[in-house]
Amino acid sequence: MGTDLIELDGVEKVFDVRRKTGFLRRERHEVRAVDGISFTVPRGEMVGYIGPNGAGKSTTIKMLTGILTPSGGRLRVAGIDPSRERTRLARRIGVVFGQRTTLWWDLPLIDSYRLMHRMYRIPDARYRENLDRCVELLELGALLDVPVRQLSLGQRMRGDIAAALLHDPEVLYLDEPTIGLDVISKAKVREFLRDLNTQSGTTVLLTTHDLTDIEQLCKRVMVIDHGRLMYDGPLAGLHEVGESERTLIVDLERELPPIEVESRGW
Amino acid sequence: MRAYRLICAMWVRSLMAYRLSFALTAFGNFAVSAFDFAAILLMFSQVDRLGGYSLAEIAFLYGASCTAFGLADLSLGSMGRLGKRVRDGTLDTLLVRPAPVIAQVAADRFGLHRIGRLTQGALVLTYALVILDIDWTVVKVLTLPVMLLSGAGIFGALFVAGAAFQFVARDAAEVQNAFTYGGTTLLQYPPTVFAKELVRGVTFVLPLAFVNWLPALYILGRPYPLDLPVWTAFTPPLVAAGCLALAGLAWRTGLRSYRSTGS
Repeated sequence: MGTDLIELDGVEKVFDVRRKTGFLRRERHEVRAVDGISFTVPRGEMVGYIGPNGAGKSTTIKMLTGILTPSGGRLRVAGIDPSRERTRLARRIGVVFGQRTTLWWDLPLIDSYRLMHRMYRIPDARYRENLDRCVELLELGALLDVPVRQLSLGQRMRGDIAAALLHDPEVLYLDEPTIGLDVISKAKVREFLRDLNTQSGTTVLLTTHDLTDIEQLCKRVMVIDHGRLMYDGPLAGLHEVGESERTLIVDLERELPPIEVESRGW
Repeated sequence: MRAYRLICAMWVRSLMAYRLSFALTAFGNFAVSAFDFAAILLMFSQVDRLGGYSLAEIAFLYGASCTAFGLADLSLGSMGRLGKRVRDGTLDTLLVRPAPVIAQVAADRFGLHRIGRLTQGALVLTYALVILDIDWTVVKVLTLPVMLLSGAGIFGALFVAGAAFQFVARDAAEVQNAFTYGGTTLLQYPPTVFAKELVRGVTFVLPLAFVNWLPALYILGRPYPLDLPVWTAFTPPLVAAGCLALAGLAWRTGLRSYRSTGS
């Protein structure tokens, strides 16, 4: 198991949710956001982690980064227990949250990178090299002196990805990195991630709602729903699993003449 | 500490991109604080003594309270923004960095303009020291800086504890302000103008009296409130250390509860 960078064994996360049922009266109930998940990711693999909203994807990522403490099970990233040694782990992982930036909003992009340089104690030569590579591949050259708040979503995302990679992380978590991006930006991000994975051998765990991300990037995909792992294997196999019969009910606003439906698969 | 310095330096740099704006907010901070003192001056245009204290003596109390508070506010005042970060989930981005969260939160949007309040406090304190006729002894001279630093420590503990509370009650910044800003205003007046119960409260429950009352009254050679023994003038460092330890504990508990409940 020495080559497994990420190991999860029966990991659980239970939230206590309190709901107001009346004046000052609250009802407590448990939500099992992650309900006994086990998987391993070997070094250098690029894995897609998909599932509907609220399935437990982000919760899993938060446990893998040490932001959340699991309620049960065993979890190791690069041999480290994330919730116990969060700051030690932070030097070895990179995280990109699609929905929120880790960059300094009011400051030019380059300032965020300079701060990363010092905060992560990245050796100067390493920092230069990594920054130059990211600037070139992610086309950030013209953006370095622009305050982050003035960047477009696609530009900001590229900036965030660069920020997560300056310290040579062994594993990169991407939580919906292509959310809200246009087709061209998505293509750029994907191309960069593919190169990163093949050339630097960085392990990547990617959550997304965009199956094209998975198709183009990941050989292996994991599907999570209601906090449970429903599928773990190659993408091709997922199509077979999904081949079961489905009923689609369409409620129309008003009476319309019958239409022909043509099945083309997907 | 290193992360705190780095992030603060970063905010100062960004602040200096807009020098005029910085100058205005710093002046505003100075002015708001100065109004408090103007109110005291106004009172003394009608009376000669307040609670048995002269203007110079009250200026001394005021300056000591304001300087101690200004130090704490400058270095830790940003922690009041924690609730916002907890609410919108951006605290997560601090948790994935290799630096203590408390340092990152304290340095978040480090507001150098708060130096305005500190300057105002220091000016009033200097003014008081110049016009006051004090029999200086070595002990009294030493008590002065110790008082200011311990006071800053006690207020700092309040800021940290208040921030820790925001992990649970996300809009609790106002509660904390009542104790910090309210506390510093309270301490600008001598204990003799307040009811005994209140003085007792800020001595034994929330130890604000150790910020300036006890050490300052020792320097002024004034009787203590509540017939406390003279040696209590030298306890502020211990009180500050105790408060900071408790606040640190509260912070850890708050952070742990966040990490186990999430947002």
